[in-house]
Amino acid sequence: MFTVEDLSKVYSSRRGAVRALDKVSLVIENGSFVSITGNSGSGKSTLLLTLGGLIRPTEGKVEFCGKGIFDSSSVDLAEYRNRKVGFVLQTFNLVPYLSAIENVMLPTLFYPNDNGSQRKTAETLLNRVGLTGREEHLPRELSVGQQQRVAIARALANNPEVILADEPTGNLDPALSIEILEILKQLNVNESKTVIMVTHSPEAARYGTQRLHLENGRIV
Amino acid sequence: MKLNTIVWKELWLRKSQLVSALLAITLGIAVIVGIQSVSIVSEKAIKVKLDNLGANIMVLPQAASVDDYYSADIDAPTFPEEYVERLATSTLPGVDNLSPKLTRRIKINDVPVILTGILPANELAAKPIWQSAGLVGEGLNAACDPNNNANIDYGYKDDKLQRKAVDSLAANEILLGSDAARRLNLKESDSLFIEGQSFMVARVLPETGTIDDSRIFAHLHTVQGLLGIKGQVSTIEVMGCCSAISDGLLGKMRNILPDTRITTINQIVSTQIETNNLMSKISMIFLVIIVLVGAITIGNFMWANVEERRREIGILITIGAKKLSIYYLFLIKSIMLGFVGGVTGYILGTISAMVLGPQLAGLTITPVPIYLVFSILVSVVIALLGSILPVQHAARLDPAMIMQEI
Ligand SMILES: Nc1ncnc2c1ncn2[C@@H]1O[C@H](COP(=O)(O)OP(=O)(O)OP(=O)(O)O)[C@@H](O)[C@H]1O
Ligand SMILES: [Mg+2]
Repeated sequence: MFTVEDLSKVYSSRRGAVRALDKVSLVIENGSFVSITGNSGSGKSTLLLTLGGLIRPTEGKVEFCGKGIFDSSSVDLAEYRNRKVGFVLQTFNLVPYLSAIENVMLPTLFYPNDNGSQRKTAETLLNRVGLTGREEHLPRELSVGQQQRVAIARALANNPEVILADEPTGNLDPALSIEILEILKQLNVNESKTVIMVTHSPEAARYGTQRLHLENGRIV
Repeated sequence: MKLNTIVWKELWLRKSQLVSALLAITLGIAVIVGIQSVSIVSEKAIKVKLDNLGANIMVLPQAASVDDYYSADIDAPTFPEEYVERLATSTLPGVDNLSPKLTRRIKINDVPVILTGILPANELAAKPIWQSAGLVGEGLNAACDPNNNANIDYGYKDDKLQRKAVDSLAANEILLGSDAARRLNLKESDSLFIEGQSFMVARVLPETGTIDDSRIFAHLHTVQGLLGIKGQVSTIEVMGCCSAISDGLLGKMRNILPDTRITTINQIVSTQIETNNLMSKISMIFLVIIVLVGAITIGNFMWANVEERRREIGILITIGAKKLSIYYLFLIKSIMLGFVGGVTGYILGTISAMVLGPQLAGLTITPVPIYLVFSILVSVVIALLGSILPVQHAARLDPAMIMQEI
């Protein structure tokens, strides 16, 4: 699914340059559950967002299904983010003034869709993450765990092949974490979605069928 | 759900911010709409007035202001009514229809109206001295040579300038301007009290579109009594032949009444037109200021809005929003802002003109629907101008910021 070769990312600003990724190479197979661990600042998020087409690498190549994602124009990158991958972040995933179901429908707004089924699909997705009946609630009326479920439902809105999750359980207590991890696992096992998850917690990392550990921007 | 849903919900969420963001635009548009609404009516009123006029010369006290023809007689200082007779007995050629008036603003049941005292035609005609001077009716034709070029243009023959004379008016009768009748809620043969004295509405006058609509006409001597200024008038309207005016009639009249101000309607009207033109120019300058100030205010507001929504924009880019969609969200928002600003500005300006117009300019203002279109256009252009930089800023935000917690 992903082939990464000699990927480097240097953040340069007036205050100096930071090498966040240093010649990272890896292969991620279709249908795997990848967990990425590492100390704070080791480059986990940078790697994940590069795979998701949000950060342009300084050097190296990222191929998705045989095509280099950064070879194309930025419009295609937006479409790639919209259709091929679904993002789940640690917190503040949701647009605060839109209801749960509207947040789930968001990804369907930017490209032509068969809009008739838009709402129905969103309802089904919310049902799948156990939020039936909370469709019209605003994010602030939901618990943090419920907000994360909405985020997962939204990541699935365009039926992507990959789910990219950056510490999805970072703000949850252990019991809630397990619920979220189980949802991701089900998506991986039952629907053969590829899941790539950054995490701090060793317990969460154990869900990974492929485990990566980063140190100073390198895979060890 | 559509992208527009996002715009609406966000606008609604921050509706209180809109008020301050729109204040500059709304007030600016309101001022322009107000000025323009007044001056359009004022211009129209000049034309109407010229068409309906019974007199083309006005005798005013020396101190009267002639900036505004319609209200030149209102609250003006006074001079003795006896001047009417001085003019009449002078037997100047080309003078007819001497019509003395006394005018004051008063309130009836808290409704502001203009009380004007007039002399009905039968009393004028009845004055033996005038009959002997041959200045009533046929006298005019005799005095004005119809073959004189100056007279032909003025069209005495088609009666346009013939005073719609009030033939008779009893001491306790009044004639009501249409606007005054509406505001006082009175119709013919109703009775009312003015300054404690009882009157009967003899007639409601047809609408003219001038300040005459707000006037209440009563007998001159009654009004003098009511106001406690016996024997005084504030103006004498005179119908003069054009040929006579060009032969220096005004100068001769000034010799007879040295301590008055005698002008032709043309002079007053041209002052009025100049004032209108000046107002138009001022409102153009104002327009430029509003475009600048409005665009800066909106720009400020939109920039703050973009900053406030960094996270949200990051989320949208993350889930695949194109730059174009981000542009769309903010541009639609600023168009909506502009639209609201234009509509509220128009409403505010129109209402102010309608409220202040009768009080300040003595004009009845009606809404000008086409200004709504202009207001919206101007306001939307202002909002879009102001939004250019903030919207570019939004579309250029680095989506990698979403990995930082805010
Ligand atoms: N926009 C940026 N400009 C400069 N340096 C940055 C920027 N973003 C990240 N970095 C630096 O790059 C390095 C890797 O950051 P990254 O966020 O990928 O780490 P991480 O492993 O996700 O850390 P954490 O576990 O704290 O989320 C860090 O040293 C960080 O300070
Ligand atoms: Mg991180």
